[in-house]
Amino acid sequence: MDLNYTPEQLAFRQEVRQWLAEHVPAEPLKSFDTAEGFEQHRQWEKTLAEGNWGMVTWPKEYGGRGCNLIEWLIFEEEYYRAKAPLRVNQNGIFLLGPTLMEYGTDEQKQRFITKMASGEEMWAQGWSEPGAGSDMAAIRSKAIRDGDEYVINGQKVWSTRAVFADWVFCIFRTDPESERHHGLSFIFVPLDAPGVTVRPIPQLDGLPGFAEIFFDDVRVPVQNRLGDEGQGWHIAMATAGFERGLMLRSPARFQQTAKRLVELYRDHQNDILDLSIEDAVVKSFLDAEAYALSTYQTASRLIKGGKIGAEASLNKIFWSELDQKMHETAMGILGARAELLPHSAAAGDVGNWLDGFLFAQSGPIYAGTNEIQRNIIAERLLGMPRK
Amino acid sequence: MDFTFTEDQLLFRDSVKDFLQGEVTAETVRNLWDTESGRSDALWQQMVELGLTAMLVPEAYGGLGMNELDFVLLAVESGRVALPEPLVETAMVATPLLASLAQKDPRCASLLEKIATGEARVAVQHSVNALVADAHIADWLLLPQGDQIHLLARDQVSLIAQDSVDPSRKLFDVEWQGSDETCLARGAEGVALLAATLNRGALGAAAQLVGLAEAMVQISVQYTTDRQQFGKAIGTNQALKHHMADCAVKSEFAKAPLYRAAYTLATRPEHADFAVSHAKVVAGEAALLAAKNSIQSHGAMGYTWECDLHIWMKRAWALDKFWGHAGFHKNRLHHWLLKPTAKIGADKTFGEQG
Repeated sequence: MDLNYTPEQLAFRQEVRQWLAEHVPAEPLKSFDTAEGFEQHRQWEKTLAEGNWGMVTWPKEYGGRGCNLIEWLIFEEEYYRAKAPLRVNQNGIFLLGPTLMEYGTDEQKQRFITKMASGEEMWAQGWSEPGAGSDMAAIRSKAIRDGDEYVINGQKVWSTRAVFADWVFCIFRTDPESERHHGLSFIFVPLDAPGVTVRPIPQLDGLPGFAEIFFDDVRVPVQNRLGDEGQGWHIAMATAGFERGLMLRSPARFQQTAKRLVELYRDHQNDILDLSIEDAVVKSFLDAEAYALSTYQTASRLIKGGKIGAEASLNKIFWSELDQKMHETAMGILGARAELLPHSAAAGDVGNWLDGFLFAQSGPIYAGTNEIQRNIIAERLLGMPRK
Repeated sequence: MDFTFTEDQLLFRDSVKDFLQGEVTAETVRNLWDTESGRSDALWQQMVELGLTAMLVPEAYGGLGMNELDFVLLAVESGRVALPEPLVETAMVATPLLASLAQKDPRCASLLEKIATGEARVAVQHSVNALVADAHIADWLLLPQGDQIHLLARDQVSLIAQDSVDPSRKLFDVEWQGSDETCLARGAEGVALLAATLNRGALGAAAQLVGLAEAMVQISVQYTTDRQQFGKAIGTNQALKHHMADCAVKSEFAKAPLYRAAYTLATRPEHADFAVSHAKVVAGEAALLAAKNSIQSHGAMGYTWECDLHIWMKRAWALDKFWGHAGFHKNRLHHWLLKPTAKIGADKTFGEQG
């Protein structure tokens, strides 16, 4: 164990810090759940790509830097420190990217990862269906082979970023006779393909952050399938591992929120009446730090050839409940002004805590509800009986 | 940056774990309750033979010259079996204090040699603890008074036993009279040594609490798998699964802070307060939750003397308050974190906090 950064890692941090200081837009971008904000964020992704910062862990030939996970954590820490824009292509770079790297053919990697890294193609995720939420194996949408193509019919829902994205990665039933997690395949669909209809769904903040997608005889080439036919469930579980485990929510995000919370507390220290607030502030800071420490541990283990499995569920519960708690605490500090939208004249310094508070409500739901995660922990990590 | 233990550290942990699981069962613990000292000299000698008491003794005094980071996983395993012997107190709390003084004080040097060979056990008093644990079997006692630290033999002190809820805990009021001759350190040196002792004590308690927490979950998972109601194992019920999953989350996120605390104590002890207090608070929370959810999962059985669960629960309740209760450690954390000059941020996770 050596909890010191190497000179190379320190130099890398400086390089990231300096580049971000020179490139992060001075004015915050509009929300990427608006048409204008989405394009602004797409431009930012292109700026990142020009500096080869799109996804630092990817190999150089795909637009990355071949960094290891420790360097990725350093990059993330600097990214949140610099208050750089949120990653509009997170479904692509954090979820599909690592999955493609593991299961994609060389052709697929060349075709899809490169354009993901360059910021040219934005991705949405299409897994849930009206009848398949927590019970994802109940997927009914079908992709039936017809020569060199699949013909897709069905419906997906809660597809994040689908309103403005270019592609969606889905799981469809390719064997119409199959049941449950058998006979599913992982397939990419361009959202401008004939027969695709995207219906935006406004989220809690009123913006269309996700959508329903209807597929009506949509045709895609078989080359759009990731992995073998029928391997969809297996690949989806690997992607979910990235989602819950490591990539999607790097600790720096929560450490930055915790730092802002400590600063908010210090600013309002003299007018806080609720005695539990101080404890919640300190606990939030410690929990954010514990998540960071634990992630460094996991990253070190993975670098040495370890794997991440069901323990990803522990992470997902921890960060989502931490995020909720931090924002609840901030709202408690802001008191009567907490409900005000930031543009209200009386809002003062409430900042974007309300936005974060609303988004934090989704944390324990998306990427598999925390109830499902607790079942996974009990059954797969602790060995409790299923029936 | 490498946040993993070495192969050697993990292999040694595994062999100590095997040894403890084999030698220290619930039955062993219960049998010791019925003995006068509550301790087993035979078990102590086995631990000495494994080199456990010598680990933090410097090589110059016949030890292995290791540090808190090498020992922390063994302290976790001591907790996992609810080990009654004061291994952690002697090997990880008292030994480094003696080692700090050994060069200038031959008494400390000779005592270190005896700890390594199993000829001596040492108990430690500290102002955060009301009482001294295992003073009755200690050959020597390290006793603070203000900024002074004294070393007295057991026959130089008088002990008044105080009964703990945990029948394995042996606690004492110690009455003693120090002199210039018994004084090992004083002034700034004494204060610094006592502060370091407190941190090692808290680290040792935190490590045992993590082991206790995991053990209670394992016991409860087994019980809820075996126990049938309504024609099926009660562990199939989601309410119980979620009780156990909550414990697993708490324990998991106590481990990395625990390891950071051990690393910081071993490498930069003067900056370890924050890391140690973090570890102690979260390890205590993990163990208390494990105790609460475990007794609930056991139903009425969990409330009996007969059910082994209370061996672990009572140790958890005790150690959560030992070497600084949550209030003490939270105060240290609050004091540091909320002062305006504290430099915080993700790039400082491995920096000089506290």
